[in-house]
Amino acid sequence: MTRQTLLALEGISKSYPGVKANENVGFTIGAGEVHALLGENGAGKSTLVKMIYGLVRPDEGQMTLGGAPFAPAAPREARARGVAMVFQHFSLFDALNVAENVALGMDNPPPQRELAAKIRDVSEGYGLPLDPARLVGDLSAGERQRVEIIRCLLQDPKLLIMDEPTSVLTPQEVNILFDTLRKLASEGTSILYISHKLEEIRTLCDGATILRRGKVVGSCNPREKTARELAELMVGTTLTPPERAKIETGEVALEIKGLSVRSLNPFGTSLKDISLSVRKGEVLGIGGVAGNGQDELLLALSGELRSAPAAITVLGQPVGQLGPNDRRRVGLLTGPEERLGHAAAPDMSLLENAFLTGAVRRRLVRNGFIDWLETKIFAEDIIKTFDVRTPGVLTAARALSGGNLQKFVIGREIMQEPAVIIVNQPTWGVDAAAAAFIRQALLDRAAAGAAVVVISQDIDEILEVADRFAALNEGRLSAPVPTKGLTVDRIGLMLGGAHGMHSAEGHDHATA
Amino acid sequence: MDFTSLNFVVLIAALMVASVPIMLAAIGELVVERAGVLNLGVEGMMIIGAVCGFIAAVETGSPFLGFLGGAVGGAVLSLIFAVLTQTLLANQVATGLALTLFGLGLSSLLGQNYVGMKPPVTGKVPFGPLADLPVVGPILFGHDWVVYFSILIIAIVWWALKATRLGLILRAVGENHDAAHSLGYNVRRIRLGAIMFGGAMAGMGGAYVSLVRVPQWTDGITAGAGWIALAIVVFASWRPWRVMLGSYLFGGITVLQLNMQAAGSAIPVQYLSMAPYLITILVLVIMSSGKGRAALNAPASLGQNFHATR
Repeated sequence: MTRQTLLALEGISKSYPGVKANENVGFTIGAGEVHALLGENGAGKSTLVKMIYGLVRPDEGQMTLGGAPFAPAAPREARARGVAMVFQHFSLFDALNVAENVALGMDNPPPQRELAAKIRDVSEGYGLPLDPARLVGDLSAGERQRVEIIRCLLQDPKLLIMDEPTSVLTPQEVNILFDTLRKLASEGTSILYISHKLEEIRTLCDGATILRRGKVVGSCNPREKTARELAELMVGTTLTPPERAKIETGEVALEIKGLSVRSLNPFGTSLKDISLSVRKGEVLGIGGVAGNGQDELLLALSGELRSAPAAITVLGQPVGQLGPNDRRRVGLLTGPEERLGHAAAPDMSLLENAFLTGAVRRRLVRNGFIDWLETKIFAEDIIKTFDVRTPGVLTAARALSGGNLQKFVIGREIMQEPAVIIVNQPTWGVDAAAAAFIRQALLDRAAAGAAVVVISQDIDEILEVADRFAALNEGRLSAPVPTKGLTVDRIGLMLGGAHGMHSAEGHDHATA
Repeated sequence: MDFTSLNFVVLIAALMVASVPIMLAAIGELVVERAGVLNLGVEGMMIIGAVCGFIAAVETGSPFLGFLGGAVGGAVLSLIFAVLTQTLLANQVATGLALTLFGLGLSSLLGQNYVGMKPPVTGKVPFGPLADLPVVGPILFGHDWVVYFSILIIAIVWWALKATRLGLILRAVGENHDAAHSLGYNVRRIRLGAIMFGGAMAGMGGAYVSLVRVPQWTDGITAGAGWIALAIVVFASWRPWRVMLGSYLFGGITVLQLNMQAAGSAIPVQYLSMAPYLITILVLVIMSSGKGRAALNAPASLGQNFHATR
């Protein structure tokens, strides 16, 4: 099938101080084509699409859109030419309602009442029902994404850019999204689909351009390639999946009984009656769509949120009333999702950051003074063992790349030999090699006799590392099931975060 | 104590006048905070407005130009805050506090030669026979133009935030500056505009103190009114009409304590004078302890600096 070319890029380059984000990138997208932009984190995908959307200007190279030169200086110009974008981190406003959010993304929005009617029409036409008057802060991740998509669709785009749209969706929600995208493509809208999830690209996309370190390393029809071939093109090396030694699980190391905690955030999710137990040597995976209580669960376990003493016990000792340092003393360590600002203090050096959580267990305080010598040995140990690429221990945490900093903060906890370690999104935004390394380190810690809890929105990650799986949905935890023999569909149903999905599915069946 | 000497019609008319400075300053600060900026320099901008307004009025003989001068003075001072926090990304709390200290010092210097002078009188708006009506006359038709202007500003801000595109963009910037930026809005420019509006309103409020309320120039003339205005914004949970309500409440307490002093209350004068400030502290404690509604309504990006990365 030959298509008319809609967008063509030629020789696009963009540098930032110290980094070449894009170098001589070129590809074309046909009208009605679903084209994948494939690459690891940091491969330059985001910078490239920001140039197409007018947020960033290229240093060199030309773009043509519909045959005419295209060089948007601002998103407004790109929108005027028919380019729309759904962002990876939602560009939504919690305290505003759906219609107001949509209006903010349009250049000449109609009056609110007309707009509300339009939103209803379009959203139902594409099987994505939405109530224009609802506050966005109250919506689920899937519904929030619908707001973004509807905002784009109302402008009749020729090209729709989607930046990692499925990272926050359940498998069922992904299917609904793909149906919508296929319908759009059949109506002639081109879609530029950015992802590093290979199976998705193989099912959805007609063509793919693969980026590595800012350069195009290949283009192909993803349907003709296996996921493994695509992965190797993307990473550039062969990947080894983490290995797990068969180990006997021991006695219960972490026990949670009827834990209920109120969220500190008005739009957050409170935990409701959570119970679980993890044995020594076992890895429990907790899945869930973003915003279903993952952050609160981590806070409650780390000691940043307190609970009744007996609600959490570690090695038989009640710790619910204790703060983070006292819990560390008992052997419970945590690694939160947000690297900069929660796991690590951005402007402090790695040395100081090593001290911040390591002080108690590594005895880095002598008579009220910091033992910098011991701290330095500890920090250098982490850097060596976890292969953290940094000029030295005095480098600020902020200066490290995501993958390197994540290796450092996870390494810092594991090197303290915890009896129980809980991590939230341990490989979020981390390149494939570092992710594999971190997962292996967690498995090794379990093999050494620790109880490990991995909270993650990445189902593949959980299936890879966990022995048992439990789903977190609106602050409630399902009963854990063994991961062996668990299918993605079954997990999707367990996650159950598909709020309002039934109506959408029903609609699909009706139109099908 | 003799309560019969308190005339409630006079009391209400007086509280409307007494609350004008804090109402203007608070509605300005409301706009600033809805744009996501916390400017704690309200007191400094008010007192600069008070001295600039006083000087302008005395030199030109026109009270109207006096108020204009006050607004310009406050806006210019707020520009320092805007450059420091929006361009140089200085800490907003520290910069705001410094702005207050700077404003207090500078106003004292500027006003040295004006101590003891009398400013031109700001006359009442002539409503003719309407002003002679019983009860309604003194309350509704017996004021100078700034009183009506302050109510008009509340209405305009309310309408602009609720129904105009500019208001929607302003709220969006205060709610999530990163998202607003990625949609192509100029966060810095919108915040700059909001900060200068806040400065102008605070300056005008300050000018009302030195031109109408007192009316003369002395050092420290605003006496903490800027802090009360800041408290009122929180008390009003960032809603314009509640700012008016809050200002009348605080204005009312001020007038009442003056009247009680005059009526020979048994309560020592010091306690009465501290009442508005005590209640400010009390309101802030109550509002910030109830995590629910007050916290929910605060702009999510309030006090955070915006820096466009990549």
